[in-house]
Amino acid sequence: MTIDWTSFTPWASLSGGVLIGVAAAMFILLNGRIAGISGILGGLLVPKKGDVLWRALFVAGMVLAPTAWLLTGPLPEMQIDAGYPLLIVAGLIVGISTRYGSGCTSGHGVCGISRLSPRSIVATLAFMLTGFVTVYIVRHVFGL
Amino acid sequence: MNKHFVSALVTGLIFGMGLLVSGMANPDKVLSFLDITGNWDPSLMLVMGGAIAVGVVAFTLTKGRTHSLWGEPLRFPTRQDLDSRLIMGSLGFGIGWGLAGFCPGPALVAFGTGAPKAIVFVVAMVAGMAMYELIEKSRTKTVS
Repeated sequence: MTIDWTSFTPWASLSGGVLIGVAAAMFILLNGRIAGISGILGGLLVPKKGDVLWRALFVAGMVLAPTAWLLTGPLPEMQIDAGYPLLIVAGLIVGISTRYGSGCTSGHGVCGISRLSPRSIVATLAFMLTGFVTVYIVRHVFGL
Repeated sequence: MNKHFVSALVTGLIFGMGLLVSGMANPDKVLSFLDITGNWDPSLMLVMGGAIAVGVVAFTLTKGRTHSLWGEPLRFPTRQDLDSRLIMGSLGFGIGWGLAGFCPGPALVAFGTGAPKAIVFVVAMVAGMAMYELIEKSRTKTVS
């Protein structure tokens, strides 16, 4: 392992993380809910009365973030190397498996670990493990 | 519009801003973080660190409470068991995450930039979530 110091962005990443934490804090302290993106989005597919608008607004807030950002300056770099077929396969896998696993990086990784949920700790270790292994196989076994 | 809906929108917006600031919305950076045996960019450790540091304070403040500051019931996941759906789902999620570098939150933010690749990923992800609902629906039908 070598550390890529030129790409390392400790202050931006730490302050972005704090903002994410503030959002998660607001959501539990004000709305009484866990800010788990896959659960909030997935719940929109089986709409229940009185359970739609808050989900739609949360998702709208996230989607509108780049537009709000543009009021202050140019967007940060966003580089998507994967081609369309891979994006479709990855998207399908992420969609179906976050629902089976009851959460993703936000619900398990941020909120779940913050409240020391055993299920979330196991889930986070599991997806980190396969994330590392997948990138290892793609980059270093197949050399893509 | 009542305050719960305003806070859902604002929380989503802050969450999205945090993802943009932190670098999580850039799949290239996420994949560099997952590439621990290569030229490793540890930045995203700090995203989780910052978010969890704030999250721990927030969830500690909820101890002993049943309702949020705005009178909403605190809806915590109550399950404690580690079942195969949680583990298999999370392992699967890591594979999808490692293939394209997108997890659900950053994908929604990237969708908001209008990048065609991000739009394709989000459509596939929502289709994956819909597949989960269809499979679960047909399973409950067979059982009953």
